[in-house]
Amino acid sequence: MAAEDFNPRILGFLCHWCCYSAADAAGVSRYQYPSNIRVIRVMCTGRIDLRFILEAFKSGADGVFTGG
Amino acid sequence: MVEAGRSPNIEIITNAQLKALDGKAGQFVAQVHQKPRYIDEDICTGCGTCTMYCPRPTVDIYNERLDITRCPHIDYPQAVPAAHYIDAEACLRLNYETCNLCSQTCMAHAINFDQKPRDLSLDVGSVVLAPGFGRIDPSVLERFGYGRFPDVVTSLEFERLSCASGPTEGHIVRISDERPPKKIAFLQCVGSRDETCGNGYCSSVCCMYAIKEASLAKEHDPDLEITLFFIDIRTHGKGFDASRERAEAKYELRIVRARPRLNGQVDGQLVLKWATEDGESHSGLFDMVVLSVGLNAPEDAKEIAEVTGIGLNRYGFCQTSPVLPLAASRDGVYVAGAFQGPKDVPESVTQASGAAAMASELLPEARDTRTVSISYPEEDTDLEAGGPRIGVFVCHCGTNIAGVVDVEAVRDYAATLPDVVYSEAPMYACSQDSLKGIAEKIKEYRLNRIVVAACSPRTHEPLFQETLKSVGLNPALFEMANIRNQCSWVHAQTPEAATEKAKDLVRMAVAKARLLEPLEQPSVNVTPVALVIGGGAAGMTAALSIADQGFDCVLLEKTDRLGGNLRRLTWTIDGRRASEVLNDLIDRVNRHPRIQVFLNAQLEKLSGFVGNFVSTIKIGGQDQLVNHGVIIIATGGREYRPTKFYQYGKDKRVMTQLELEGALARGTDILRHIDTVVMIQCVGSRGQDLSYCSRLCCSQAVKNAIKLKELKPGIRIFCLYRDVRTFGFAEDIYREARKRGVIFIRYEPERRPELIKNGQGLRVRVFERILGKDLDIPTDLLVLSVGVAPGDNESLARIIKAPLTEEGFFLEAHAKLRPVELAVEGIYLCGLAHWPKPLGESIAQAKAAAAKAAIPLARGKVAVTPIVSRVDKDLCIGCGICESLCPFNAIHLVKVNKRRKAETITASCKGCGICAAHCPVLAISMGGFTDNEIMAQIHAFAGKEEA
Repeated sequence: MAAEDFNPRILGFLCHWCCYSAADAAGVSRYQYPSNIRVIRVMCTGRIDLRFILEAFKSGADGVFTGG
Repeated sequence: MVEAGRSPNIEIITNAQLKALDGKAGQFVAQVHQKPRYIDEDICTGCGTCTMYCPRPTVDIYNERLDITRCPHIDYPQAVPAAHYIDAEACLRLNYETCNLCSQTCMAHAINFDQKPRDLSLDVGSVVLAPGFGRIDPSVLERFGYGRFPDVVTSLEFERLSCASGPTEGHIVRISDERPPKKIAFLQCVGSRDETCGNGYCSSVCCMYAIKEASLAKEHDPDLEITLFFIDIRTHGKGFDASRERAEAKYELRIVRARPRLNGQVDGQLVLKWATEDGESHSGLFDMVVLSVGLNAPEDAKEIAEVTGIGLNRYGFCQTSPVLPLAASRDGVYVAGAFQGPKDVPESVTQASGAAAMASELLPEARDTRTVSISYPEEDTDLEAGGPRIGVFVCHCGTNIAGVVDVEAVRDYAATLPDVVYSEAPMYACSQDSLKGIAEKIKEYRLNRIVVAACSPRTHEPLFQETLKSVGLNPALFEMANIRNQCSWVHAQTPEAATEKAKDLVRMAVAKARLLEPLEQPSVNVTPVALVIGGGAAGMTAALSIADQGFDCVLLEKTDRLGGNLRRLTWTIDGRRASEVLNDLIDRVNRHPRIQVFLNAQLEKLSGFVGNFVSTIKIGGQDQLVNHGVIIIATGGREYRPTKFYQYGKDKRVMTQLELEGALARGTDILRHIDTVVMIQCVGSRGQDLSYCSRLCCSQAVKNAIKLKELKPGIRIFCLYRDVRTFGFAEDIYREARKRGVIFIRYEPERRPELIKNGQGLRVRVFERILGKDLDIPTDLLVLSVGVAPGDNESLARIIKAPLTEEGFFLEAHAKLRPVELAVEGIYLCGLAHWPKPLGESIAQAKAAAAKAAIPLARGKVAVTPIVSRVDKDLCIGCGICESLCPFNAIHLVKVNKRRKAETITASCKGCGICAAHCPVLAISMGGFTDNEIMAQIHAFAGKEEA
């Protein structure tokens, strides 16, 4: 598959206090980025259980992003 | 605004005017005349049918006369109260007894032409004046071609043109031919800094709003060419210089320092002519000219002054002093916002809180005597316990979301998801009428889970949860999908992909909502004591305000005496002796029975949470524990030391402005041999060691220059500057300094003034732009205007776990909405710890912080977030992993029937979920973030639906 055709589905786990806030702030500043990510908000990246990441890959995610 | 509209303790009387104010502070009687709206605001649903049927067009004043509306209308969708009103001057029914169409078409029967004017007599303890600002006289605008040429518009008109819900839906077009302009010029200082129109002051906000408007216009049309004409660029607010520089580079804004005049029109384009500092003449053609109009005193300022018995300054604004910036000249009457002097939103909001503190200081005995508290209906547990019935509300947010995402498609998609029984796409989900609509739909469709797809839960979740509570639903039965900040705003170029993403996010939110359970809403008592850290002007003012409002206060000062930077100031901006102000504050602090002062004291450790903080304070080597409910940070800043520059520290003829003040305070003998003084502005600031502008150095230099001229009239003073930022009424002293012969020479940062030592003599070399060559000024004294560097904020920030700005000052929770609060609940901020600012602003901000801090103290209880961990004791094996990992000491092992079991300390738990993620037997669940809920989101991400 050519690199330009690759349109990955990425699941993000974002910490409410930092990365999720930053993603909100990116919006306020209208920073543009590709729309491949879908976000699940958690209160801390410490909440992320390994099972969540495995389940995401099992469910077809091409990548998992954690931000905290 | 919505919050004010919802408070049961705020009665909003619209269309009203104060006619008389009798009595005295604490016991005023206000006579208020209220004109009728002719629409009952309690009945009106804001549906807009009346506007649709009214046959009589009228000019839309809210939209700067750029649009047409009808007699019954609402100014804008978020208006509070969210009810229409009738333009009584244009209405056919009211003027000619004909028509009456609106009344017949109003389904709610809210229109009532029998309404009569009312005269109210209100018993009040204090009065806060916040009438805002007035408009620059049209005759001033006419000098710039306004009225003669349709494409000369004011910045207010431009603002409406660029607004998505404005007359052109955000498309910037020329008024003459409705075509988009290609070249736009902004003319600054229209009606400001101009004695010929009577406005000698600087309006403070126009430089920054022009940059904002230009940036928005460029965002809309990247091919636009924008030129801004400045005298000085006054972007002196917190972070303003940085964002201006970013905007200039990103949007390729052309900055010209000149004051152009309009020289007619050629082929539909406007001709501007100007001369630059080097004496060259230039001209240019523009499709549109925007006049950056200043802020006038309110049109009815004189009437307000007569009725309330307060004094006005020479420009018609409310008379105040830098030491008491929020007090009008009549006791018990306070002022906030632009009526006190031109200012921006963050400062206005700060002053408003400060004025509330002043009113509260005056009336501590009256607290809670007339307070109404909101009572929520009992939770409808039957409804909650039934199977999920989900309502989805997909917000347009004007065009913020709908301009990119196909909102209707998302709404229709939501309707197909399992358990969704209702979906809708409101214009603004957060507007008062929409919130009312959500409440009605909950009742009508028996909804028990609500999903709002809109902006961020970080800002708006509490608002919607309030609506749930108002109809008996537990607030935890709510979920948001962030389709604005994290979708439409960041995928503006790919609307289809953004719509797909919005659908996915809604599907994930619905999947979670299906599993949401009601959560308990615990609350804890508040220790009614405030801890104020820092004993300078801001800290002392805050402590006095808290104490005067009736609460105990502990004031920490790290040195051996109170005073902070105020000790080093000799004169205030209005020429008062700073020591008088200082001594008065110290005296009142020391005498106040509710204030306990700890000198040589520092905060070592902090535990607890809003309402129940425990601080470890080191006082002269000894640790002491203090229990308190709130914290105010007033740790100040310090004068920047310019050791790298101009032989400072090596030659005693080189000193800072504060050192000059100090020297003059000790005696004026030093002036005997001084005939010439050179001042250099921005030493170490604005891109050198300090990246920012310190806001106060220009006024300080001008103040000291005038003082020197007073003490020794023949003295020659040169002030070398980048931009003279004497904003607001400080412009008066700038003008006075020039009249007294102080010579101001501008330099560019690329070509800073140099110090040349010539034997024993000092000479300063600066490039003079009008002469076009270097000027060597022999001088006896070189005074450096240095900025304010942050204090030791980093260690304090670590202790209280609060973020700092990249410049090293404390970061407020929201610049406009929560300017004196930190993101950590129960911690407030004022003075130089927030950002450099003059004394008057520090005092107003300290009052504001005291007002905010008094809220939990006065309530006596704070709600604890329900997002906490819960241990299923049957599953728990007592391994203790959770206890060892918890960063907040919020989970511990207890003995239950001789077995070790984990238990959460709810009040300390921050809801991070580390315990839940590490529990080997899955015995811990997080309120609102259970394993099942997150798993459901993951599966919904994949497109699978749970059974």
